[in-house]
Amino acid sequence: MAKESSFKNMVLTLLTITFVSSAVLAGVYRLTAESIEAVRIQKINRGISEVLPPFDNNPSENVYKKYVDGDTVYVYIATKDGNSVGAAVQTFTNNGYGGRIVLLVGFLIDGTINNINVISHNETPGLGDKISPQKSEFSLQFHGKNPENYKLSVRKEGGEVNAITASTISSKAFCDAIERAYRVYREDVMKKGNWDAGTGATSTNK
Amino acid sequence: MEEYILIVIAAIFVNNVVLSQFLGICPFLGVSNRVSTSLGMGGAVVFVLTLSAIVTYLIQNFILLPLKIEYMQTLTFILVIAALVQMVEIVLKKVSPALYQALGIFLPLITTNCAVLGIAILSIQKGYSLAQTTVFSFASGTGFALALILFAGLREQLDLTSNVPKQMKGYPIALITAGLLAMAFMGFGGIVK
Amino acid sequence: MNIMKEGIQLILKGIFKENPTFVLVLGMCPTLATTSSAINGMSMGLATAFVLMLSNMTISLVGKMIPDKVRIPSYVVIIAAFVTVVDLLMAGYLPDIHSTLGIFIPLIVVNCIVLARAESFAAKNGAVHSIFDGLGIGLGFTLALTFLGFVRELLGSYSVFGHKLAPGDGIILFILAPGAFFVLAYLMILFNIVKKKFIKK
Repeated sequence: MAKESSFKNMVLTLLTITFVSSAVLAGVYRLTAESIEAVRIQKINRGISEVLPPFDNNPSENVYKKYVDGDTVYVYIATKDGNSVGAAVQTFTNNGYGGRIVLLVGFLIDGTINNINVISHNETPGLGDKISPQKSEFSLQFHGKNPENYKLSVRKEGGEVNAITASTISSKAFCDAIERAYRVYREDVMKKGNWDAGTGATSTNK
Repeated sequence: MEEYILIVIAAIFVNNVVLSQFLGICPFLGVSNRVSTSLGMGGAVVFVLTLSAIVTYLIQNFILLPLKIEYMQTLTFILVIAALVQMVEIVLKKVSPALYQALGIFLPLITTNCAVLGIAILSIQKGYSLAQTTVFSFASGTGFALALILFAGLREQLDLTSNVPKQMKGYPIALITAGLLAMAFMGFGGIVK
Repeated sequence: MNIMKEGIQLILKGIFKENPTFVLVLGMCPTLATTSSAINGMSMGLATAFVLMLSNMTISLVGKMIPDKVRIPSYVVIIAAFVTVVDLLMAGYLPDIHSTLGIFIPLIVVNCIVLARAESFAAKNGAVHSIFDGLGIGLGFTLALTFLGFVRELLGSYSVFGHKLAPGDGIILFILAPGAFFVLAYLMILFNIVKKKFIKK
C-alpha cells in the first residue's frame, strides 16, 4: 500500500506536503484577509452605533487606548459634522461570577450614559446573563444616568443600582466595568478635551 | 501573586478543562476505568500540556507574529505538539525508564488530546504572558488530571457496587456520571470573586 | 450507476451503522461543547463534514506516495491545512457563527473522526469512495450534533432554531455543561434501542 520509508523520502515527503499546504494557506489567507478585516471594522462600528446617537465618522479609527488595572480600555470617539457626539468605551471587569465581562458603554459628551451593550461574558445562563440587554431590563436602568451624580453600586452597598435577583456578584461586576469606563472617559477625554484621538490634538468643538 | 492564584483556581475548579470547557473528553471517557491508569494519564497530560503551551507561546511570539503568518497557527502548533510528544517519549526512555514505564503508553494518545492544542490556543487568545501561560497551562493540566482521577474513582465504584440497567451500560452511564461530576464542579463558580 | 449506488450505501453507513457520535463515540469534545443550540451544532457538524470530505479526498489521492513512517504526521498537516482554510473562510464570510464556535474550529484538527477516517478508509480506498465516506460520516456527525443541539435548545431555552416557543428561561441546566452529558447519554440509549429494532426486522 504505502511506499517504503527511507530517511530521504520521508524528509522529502514531509517537506513537500508542508510546503504545498503553506502555499495553499497563504493563498486563502490573501483572498480572505480583506473580508476578515472588513468584518472586524464593521463589527466594531456596528457595536458603537448601537450605543451612541448617530455619527458620521469612522470611530474604529478614532480610538484612544489606555492601559488600566491590567488590561486595555478602548475609547472610540464618534463625531457628526465635525462635532463630537460622545464616545463608546470598551471596558472590562474581572469580578464577574464566571470571571471576565467585557462591555461597550456609550457616553454622551457630558458623561451621561446613553446605552450599554455586553460584548462577552461567562455568567450563568438564566441568572447572571441577565446583564445583557437582550435577556432582561437590568442594564436599561443605567440609561440617561450620569455617573457624576449617580452612585454606581448596588443598593445593598448604599448605591442606586437595582441588582439582578440572585446575581449580586454579576450586578456588582457590571457596575465595576462601567465605573472603569467612566473613569477613563472623564479623566482622559472629557477633562482634557481630548476629542480627536487620531491626532491626539485638543479639539475645540463642544 | 494574587493574579496567579486566581488563574490557578479558575483553571482547576471554575473553568475545569474537561467538565466545563469540554476539552479532552476522548481520553476522559476512554482511559478512566481504573484509578491507577488515570493517574498515569493525568501525569503525562500535565507534563506535555505545560511544555507544549510554553513552546507554542515562544513560537507564536518569536516566529509567527514577527513574520505576520498567524494563519499558520493551527498547522504549526499541531506539528510542534506531535514532535514534542515524540521527543518527550525518546528522552524519557533514556533518562528515566521507570517514569517511561508509567507514562509511556499514554504519550502517543496525547497528540490527539484536544486539551493540549486547545490550551495552547487559549493561552494565546487570552493574551497571557509567558509566566501566566506556564501557570495557566500547568493548572489546566492539573484540572484535567483531577477530573480524570475523580471520574475513574466513581467508575470503579460503579462497576463494583451498582446494578446498572442493561441499556445504560458502557457510555451512557459514564456520560451521566460525568454530568453529575460537572454539576458538582459548577458549585465552584463564583469562588474566584 | 454502480458508483452512485455504492455512494449512497456509504453515506447511509456513515449516518446510521457507523454513526460517529452514537456508535463510534468519536469527536466528543465538539459534540458536547458546541451543541447549546441546534444551529450551533449544525454549523460545527457542517464545518467538520467539509474538512472530512476534503481531507479524505486528498489523502486517498496522495496517500500512496507517502512513506509509511511519516504517514500520520503527513495526514495531520493536510488536515490542519484544510481546517485553517475553513477557519479563514468562516471568519471572513460567516463571522457570527465563527465567533460562537470559537476555539472549536481549529480543534477540528484533533477531532479523532477526521484522522480515523483518513487512516482507516481514505488511505485504502479510491478518491470517489473516500469523498462519499467523508460525506456520510460528516452527515452522520452533523445530524447527531443538530439533534443534540435541538433537544438541548428546546429544553434549555424553550426554542427551536432560535424561535421562541414558550415564554420563560427554560430549564437552564440543559444549556450548561451537565445538560450536555445527560442529553447525549439518553440520546445514545434511544439510538441503541431504535437500532436494535431495525436489526431484528
